[in-house]
Amino acid sequence: MVARFSTRAAASKSGLSLATSMPVESLKELFQQEFAKMVAVISNLFGLEHIETAEDIASDTFLTAAEEWEAKGMPPNPTAWLYTVAKRKTIHLFRRRDIFERKIIPAIRATAGQEDDTAAFEIDFSPQHIRDSQLQMLFAVCTPAIVSEAQIGLALRILCGFGIDEIAEAFLTNKETINKRLFRAKEKLRTAEIKVDLPPPNEIPARLDNVLHIIYLLFSEGYYSQTRNRVLQKELCWEAIRLGVLLTEYEGTNQPKTNALLALMCFHSSRFDARQPREAERPGEDDVILYDQQDERLWDTDLIHRGMQYLALSAIGDQLSSYHLEARIASLHCIKEDTPEKWEEILQLYNQLLMINYSPGVALNRTFALYKANGREQALIELEKLKLEGNHFYNVLRDYLRKLPPH
Amino acid sequence: MKEFALLFRFPNGDPGNIPPEEFKTIAKKWQDWAGGIAAQGRMSAGGQRLDMAGKVLKPGGVVTDGPFVEIREVLGSFIVVKAENLDDATTLAHGCPVLDQGGSVEIRPLFSY
Repeated sequence: MVARFSTRAAASKSGLSLATSMPVESLKELFQQEFAKMVAVISNLFGLEHIETAEDIASDTFLTAAEEWEAKGMPPNPTAWLYTVAKRKTIHLFRRRDIFERKIIPAIRATAGQEDDTAAFEIDFSPQHIRDSQLQMLFAVCTPAIVSEAQIGLALRILCGFGIDEIAEAFLTNKETINKRLFRAKEKLRTAEIKVDLPPPNEIPARLDNVLHIIYLLFSEGYYSQTRNRVLQKELCWEAIRLGVLLTEYEGTNQPKTNALLALMCFHSSRFDARQPREAERPGEDDVILYDQQDERLWDTDLIHRGMQYLALSAIGDQLSSYHLEARIASLHCIKEDTPEKWEEILQLYNQLLMINYSPGVALNRTFALYKANGREQALIELEKLKLEGNHFYNVLRDYLRKLPPH
Repeated sequence: MKEFALLFRFPNGDPGNIPPEEFKTIAKKWQDWAGGIAAQGRMSAGGQRLDMAGKVLKPGGVVTDGPFVEIREVLGSFIVVKAENLDDATTLAHGCPVLDQGGSVEIRPLFSY
């Protein structure tokens, strides 16, 4: 289980820089890498109303592969083999369902102008088309027509190839709940007639906000998740980053705020290993290691570097999104030295962030920065004003500040 | 919660003469004070600063360069906050840096439709 997760995490992380797939050893790894691509391309061809069929075809393809490879051994080019079988199954299934004759063929004839139906019927599984399909699928799934939890669930299933059990674990719920949630979401996509397509250019900015928000939630689900499965948490984060990178590959969605969000996710992820308690050192402990106690040698400098690159790209133009402010704060946290200047800057960024995007968590972080920049007394006074008595972190911060020696 | 405008009136004078270091300190005070209101989730709209230059139209089509010469204080900026009532909004205005600068805060409920 663990090995399986980590291979996908590794593959996703490598996808940050390279669009080409890594050499793969097992069918499971292939499943993780190719399932979502197949579903995206097939749904793109036949429409979202056939999304479940697309999932069935992809699952069935892997089942066939498991049986045949078990008996005959793995083919020389497993990925190509999978796509050939997927194509055959797609044609077969849609033909059997009569949809092929009634709908698909006329459509193909209309566009291709050809009479020979099967010759014209070609599913394009080229890397470029897979990327385009996934991008279009991302916009289709991230539609305000369905609730955000369902958007995340669908993204995980259809774009990241997560199993229902994994999604259930990430949300700390059961498979039945997730199945129901996804079913309702797919129904909604059908009835609302959501198209697998990019919105027209003038609508992209508004729709992109929602897509970015879902990626942000997906990342947070991993980074702050309650699940104890560390590997799963990490995977959610990598997938969020991968979807963000996908957006930067298309001019219309490669916006400053897209890069700001990526910078933010890279900076946070750079501390992933440092905040995980090592079993040998702190047996049985589940809490994350807080920033102050982190060993900065465990910070991932490669990711910090990437974050800085995205941050630079985010500064083009005059947009200032909450992602910009959060990314800037996260970048300052990549400097371990505690200087008054650093905390003053962090405080001002939090002040700005709260003006455009209030949340209790940000308010508490701002109060901590206020303590670092302006001192304990002022922080305690401001903390009382927050009226967050029921909040666990409020109590932690209050106790922490009270125990400090007064200046 | 209802919305209230906090209007900041500054003593009439030339704000251009403040030395840069002092300006920085004043700016920080404002940012921290406004950040404190935002941290309570009570900021509706913030940071609308008014330029000190302007015109005044009077009856009979008389236009003058700003109201500033005739009154003691000028309206400098305003924010809109969320509060239970006028007293609550007034409490939020406490600690406003304009008071240190010899100015005042005027608290006015916004009409809600």
